[in-house]
Amino acid sequence: MNHLIDISGVRHAYKTESGPLPVLDGLDISVPEGGFCAVVGPSGCGKSTLTKLIAGLMRPDAGSVKLHRTEVTSPRSTVGMAFQNPVLLEWRTILDNVILPLEIVPNKLTRAQREERARSLLSMVGLEGFEEKRPSELSGGMRQRASLCRALVHKPEVLILDEPFGALDAFTREDLWQIMHQVKEREPFTGVLITHDLRESIFLADQVVVLSGRPARTQYVLDVGTSGPRDLDHLYTAEASEMLAILRHQIEIAQGRAEPQASAPARAVQ
Amino acid sequence: MAYVPEHMTADKPPKGAGIVGFLTSRAVVAPIAAVVVFLLLWELIVWANGWPDYLMASPSDLPAAYAQYWELFLIMGWQTLWRTIVGLVLAVIVGVGFGMVMGFSRTMRDALYPLLVGFNAIPKATVVPIVALLFVGAHDFNTILIAFMISFFPIAVSVSIGLSTLEPEYRDILRSLGASQTTIFRKIALPKTLPEFFGALKVSVTLAFIGTNLMEIVSPHGRGLGALFDSGKTNSNYPLMFAVLIALAFLGIVLYYIVVALEKIFAGWAERQPG
Ligand SMILES: Nc1ncnc2c1ncn2[C@@H]1O[C@H](COP(=O)(O)OP(=O)(O)OP(=O)(O)O)[C@@H](O)[C@H]1O
Ligand SMILES: [Mg+2]
Repeated sequence: MNHLIDISGVRHAYKTESGPLPVLDGLDISVPEGGFCAVVGPSGCGKSTLTKLIAGLMRPDAGSVKLHRTEVTSPRSTVGMAFQNPVLLEWRTILDNVILPLEIVPNKLTRAQREERARSLLSMVGLEGFEEKRPSELSGGMRQRASLCRALVHKPEVLILDEPFGALDAFTREDLWQIMHQVKEREPFTGVLITHDLRESIFLADQVVVLSGRPARTQYVLDVGTSGPRDLDHLYTAEASEMLAILRHQIEIAQGRAEPQASAPARAVQ
Repeated sequence: MAYVPEHMTADKPPKGAGIVGFLTSRAVVAPIAAVVVFLLLWELIVWANGWPDYLMASPSDLPAAYAQYWELFLIMGWQTLWRTIVGLVLAVIVGVGFGMVMGFSRTMRDALYPLLVGFNAIPKATVVPIVALLFVGAHDFNTILIAFMISFFPIAVSVSIGLSTLEPEYRDILRSLGASQTTIFRKIALPKTLPEFFGALKVSVTLAFIGTNLMEIVSPHGRGLGALFDSGKTNSNYPLMFAVLIALAFLGIVLYYIVVALEKIFAGWAERQPG
């Protein structure tokens, strides 16, 4: 197996006051180097928990989470993260927010080089001229772009995005989808994207994993069939409609609102 | 309107206006006008009621009191001031310490909170005689101790709340890069808590001042403006008593605005210009 991210048989339960709460139970995900995997599933099924396991912020109770075939036991600086909440630091300028990871991850860059790196990322996402502004002076979409730059500034191998566009309006979201493709062209990474938006999943990813309801297991894997940049029009093709229908059906199964059907969809990998 | 960088706000005088422009700006004229109106009203009320000096002093009596006792005002004002500041600095150190312990550990918060609330609820006027007896003769120490005890609670609470309400994502962003707890504290928790800290410090600075004076008045040992007030009382020197009150108010204002200036320097980013 030549996969950068390899998650197999992962089980995890949170310890709560009313006993253990099983969240993940039999999770398998594999993402090849340079791949982009979207993860969808019912609300509260354990998607954010999955991102914490990949980032090494937690260890699973059982099973293995591997990056480059080595078990993830603690956080590593080759990972970048962005969340639904952009969590920019209000007391720093946008430029200094983007530079933050470079102040933590070991590197030999000078201050000038760090600034240059941050500036080039900011201009790539269309935030040129906003470097010296404070986060509160930016719109939600702009903040999310800055947060994306921060996640990328230390050239991570793995980019983890937990519903990064969830709070944005539809147009801003589509803008950012296209920016994501441009970013991935210029700054190659292996991506894991948690999302609630099925259109987003097939527009950005080359693989969509559907998780079952809590405790989550890998219920279904859809091969999108395209990788790399694509047109927004692509979403309105018959092929895309078919994929969306399959995914919607799978989500309904995950939510317990539909019965699994015998007719296995043509595109299923498993 | 969102945040506007300071150099862009119109509150400052236009370029070239210099010191004259500053002295005639709204920020200076408005509070002075308010003070003048206050003094005039006071004078008017005393005059209209025909109150004699031994019942209620009026502002016009005060200059004489200051002229007569100016040396005492300087010496005792200084005594009050430095003891308040030392008490406050202690309150900041201990308050931030308690706040950090309670902010980072739920167990410690559950354990310490009721204790601190109870301690804070005890009227400090009842503690003054106890402290005065306990450390009899150590006047400076006693005074500082009361100033400290009365003022550290808001700081401890605000720091603990600031730290415990830190969104987990902030922590995760840094933790996922392998940052240590100290780094997370320095880069995020500390700066993020500063606005709350200064909010509490504004309350505490006034409280510390009250604590100092409480000790000076209730347990007289001839030091501080409180003692000067007390001597005014024993001699029925009403103008002196009122002159002390005004001096106390003045010192309180100075201390308060020192905190405001520090806040502007260290937590100015948290300030939102009204739209
Ligand atoms: N630290 C924790 N302690 C206890 N339970 C937790 C903790 N974090 C999450 N949970 C619970 O685990 C379950 C899964 O949480 P998780 O955040 O992974 O879900 P999610 O799929 O990301 O949800 P959403 O789609 O709403 O973002 C939820 O029921 C949540 O209440
Ligand atoms: Mg989530």
